[in-house]
Amino acid sequence: MKIVLQNLTKKFPSRNRKSHEDVVAVGDFTFEIPDGKLIGLLGPSGCGKSTTLNLICGLIKPTSGKIFFGDNDVTELPPENRGVGMVFQNYALYPHLTVKQNILFPLENLKGKDKLSKTEMESRALEAARLVQIDDLMERKPSELSGGQQQRVAIARALVKMPHVLLLDEPLSNLDARLRLQTREEIRKIQRKTKITTIFVTHDQEEAMSISDMIVVMKDGIVQQIGKPQEVYDNPVNLFVAKFLGTPPINAFDGKIENQTLYVGEDAVMDAKGVLDQEVAVGIRPEGFILQENGPLCCKLNRVEVMGRDISIVSTHGAFTGTAIRSIVDAEHSRHATGEYVHFALKPKKVLVFNKETQERIYINGNQHT
Amino acid sequence: MENQMDYIKIEKSARLRQKVRNIAAYLFLTFWAVIVLFPFYWMLLTSVKSYGSYNGEHVPRLFTTSPTLENYREAFTAVPLEKYITNTVIFTLVTTALMLVVITLAAFAFARLDFRGKNLVFTLFLALMMIPTELVVITNFTTITNLDMRNTFAGLILPSVTSVFYIYLLKENFEQVPDELYRAAKVDGTSDLKYLYKVLMPICKPTLVTVAILKIIECWNLYVWPRLITDDPNYFLVSNGIQEIRENGFGRDNIPAMMAAVVVISVPLIVLFLIFRKKIMAGVSRGGTKG
Amino acid sequence: MEKRNHKAWLYLLPAILFLGFFMVYPLIDVFIYSFEEGYNFASQTYFGTGTYNYSYVLRDPYFLQAIKNTFILVIITVPVSTGLALLISVALSSVKPLRNLYQTVYFLPYVTNTLAVGLVFMILFKKTAYTDGMINLILNWFGGSSVDFIDGPYWAKMLVLCVYTIWVVMPFKILILTSALASVNQTYYNAARVDGTSKLRIFTKITLPMISPMLFYLIITGFIGAFKAYSDAVALFGTNLNAAEMNTIVGYIYDMLYGDSGGYPSYASAAAIILFAIVLTITCINLLVSKKHVHY
Repeated sequence: MKIVLQNLTKKFPSRNRKSHEDVVAVGDFTFEIPDGKLIGLLGPSGCGKSTTLNLICGLIKPTSGKIFFGDNDVTELPPENRGVGMVFQNYALYPHLTVKQNILFPLENLKGKDKLSKTEMESRALEAARLVQIDDLMERKPSELSGGQQQRVAIARALVKMPHVLLLDEPLSNLDARLRLQTREEIRKIQRKTKITTIFVTHDQEEAMSISDMIVVMKDGIVQQIGKPQEVYDNPVNLFVAKFLGTPPINAFDGKIENQTLYVGEDAVMDAKGVLDQEVAVGIRPEGFILQENGPLCCKLNRVEVMGRDISIVSTHGAFTGTAIRSIVDAEHSRHATGEYVHFALKPKKVLVFNKETQERIYINGNQHT
Repeated sequence: MENQMDYIKIEKSARLRQKVRNIAAYLFLTFWAVIVLFPFYWMLLTSVKSYGSYNGEHVPRLFTTSPTLENYREAFTAVPLEKYITNTVIFTLVTTALMLVVITLAAFAFARLDFRGKNLVFTLFLALMMIPTELVVITNFTTITNLDMRNTFAGLILPSVTSVFYIYLLKENFEQVPDELYRAAKVDGTSDLKYLYKVLMPICKPTLVTVAILKIIECWNLYVWPRLITDDPNYFLVSNGIQEIRENGFGRDNIPAMMAAVVVISVPLIVLFLIFRKKIMAGVSRGGTKG
Repeated sequence: MEKRNHKAWLYLLPAILFLGFFMVYPLIDVFIYSFEEGYNFASQTYFGTGTYNYSYVLRDPYFLQAIKNTFILVIITVPVSTGLALLISVALSSVKPLRNLYQTVYFLPYVTNTLAVGLVFMILFKKTAYTDGMINLILNWFGGSSVDFIDGPYWAKMLVLCVYTIWVVMPFKILILTSALASVNQTYYNAARVDGTSKLRIFTKITLPMISPMLFYLIITGFIGAFKAYSDAVALFGTNLNAAEMNTIVGYIYDMLYGDSGGYPSYASAAAIILFAIVLTITCINLLVSKKHVHY
């Protein structure tokens, strides 16, 4: 089912007694989620992504704006009538019920014409359990399961009532690193199989990028950018999005544009045709560096870390805003990385320029937003 | 489109149900609040009705137009109410103070000192929590009688200056204070007693205050032991005093004066409660029962 | 080490002395008393040892009356007060404005003197030559006829005793249950709502199991407390409870020990041990039942 958010806004009364201004948890969110896609809501903690999820499932009511499921306005509809399945961050499995009873729970709530017979319920529960491969754990209590298994039970419980929409709140945050990789693939597979429109919330950009059809990057309740993961990564609209996506993170420098040339510190690194002279912030992706003996960007070499196929060069530069520049280059070029200084040439597509004040993107050299 | 209509209907009924539920909840809560408060209101009201007007009301009236403080004067002059209150204050303060000393020392030994048999002794202490007072009160009564301590403060106070439960509570609290503080104090040459007094007790003051308040409430309301151990009205506590007033004071029918005495007895604890509301409720929910 | 050892006992000494003298020694002594026949309090002598004290107590009509009263009191007040407290706590948790105020009001009976407020209850329920009393007035409004609840028929007296006992024990139960309800993780309720669970089903399938340990704790302490009922009865009916047919087991023990019919610590001891045995049995039964129904 297609989901449409229209100017969705949620304000909470301020807890600070001195200022009576409301806190905007979600501000003016407009987005059409196409049917059957997997959407990642991404942002640092407190950015309003969980609030958005709760607005969609109906646990909280928006201050203004509308939510449509398909063509139906569900803004005022209580959660039980929306037909959503939700997986909570701590799974919210009922500790006193077995896995099977937990999965059956939503089905037993159905009333009237939707009411199912006992055998129908059982077979639906088994089907859901099979989908997430926990059909051999049905008689256990949640406390007897590992974190990953609990996660699957929670997904099975959300899927068993065949929801129009599946919502996952930080579904992987309680799992260890190895399980996280495995489970996110699992979620992707299940979503592909069931074709349920799925929205999941995460603060981990890698997680979001790896499995989402589209990602929504949020900050302080405001949507920063919406798009396919690769597009957002390649063409962030502002410095926040650029910094938030990518591991290792983008390297941010102070720079300026003078005489149609981009400077990082005093190093003239690139042409910048048709852009007015101004102070700028320059972000360079780690993979945007090329080791070159006479390259324009001159950095002081700290160390070289060998990663196999690639090497990671750690260096510093006077105009760099963080502590150490990380660049990843082909191991073949490692012979250049000796001595006190290294020189880099830059891949123009990996150099992103932002307005110093607004932090908005400045597009140079036809490196256009698509 | 029909679907849309359905949704609107569902929304409406959901909102209506919520409203009905809310109203029902408040009605019920208010009903119970009235039941709780009514006796308090009634005693206040009766205590300011004059003797004549109270006994003239065949149908009790829910208010009075001519309140009088005469009953309070009567309560303090016709019966030794002041004596009862003084006794109770002395009893409560001495018992609470002694108990704090005893349980602090014991809790400190259990929490911080090492000695052989510590676990065994502590387990025995905990086992004592299960012993109902009714079982031990008989011998205590005989003991105090044989020691000729009936109608003395010592006889009243001594059996209630220890509480295993409070030792336990305090020990748990002492153990939360990091070891480093103790070691630091030792390095500085602080004695155990000084460490207890200067470091542990100030840090654990909230728990000590809670324990003290709960003990004060318990002492103020104590009835059975003082009844057994005192028959001289000079040593009556308020509970026994009120029973005495009911059976022999004022002449049997001076109910307004009786209510004035009840108000005087009830007010100190209610004031204490309103001041320390959060502490008392937190303390009681951690394991108090009506003692 | 040896020195520290020494000092630790010094810290424990006051507690051990008091507990030994007023808890441990009496505990042993009460069993001895209960088997000493014909103990004379004045001369502190006895004829012999045996179980006569127990058989005397068990045949004493006052004791049988006290047992009957206590059991009726327990059977009525424990379920009613626990159920009522649960209802109130649930209602309390479902509202937000004024919740603190209600909580404060509900706690008031805990900090009041049982004897003093009992006197107010007596006046509210009592029928005298001058007036039928407030409660009878309300009864009359609803078309009932006046009853003397304090000096009247047995059922009326028992009713007042139950009402007052419930009034007194409610604060503790409400307090424990509201904090138990508040400690249930909100996500469970959210999960249930998203799944379209009805309020009743949420209550029976989620809330009750989640708070069952606390509920069970209240039932056990409720039983123990109700079996030890005494001062509530004194507050309502005066110290001569045998005459009022309103004595409780604990009341019987104290009357045997001291009072108009007092001076028999042996009988009192036997009665106290019988009470202890009853309470222990009921608690064990409770524990067995809870194994099946309580989710920890």
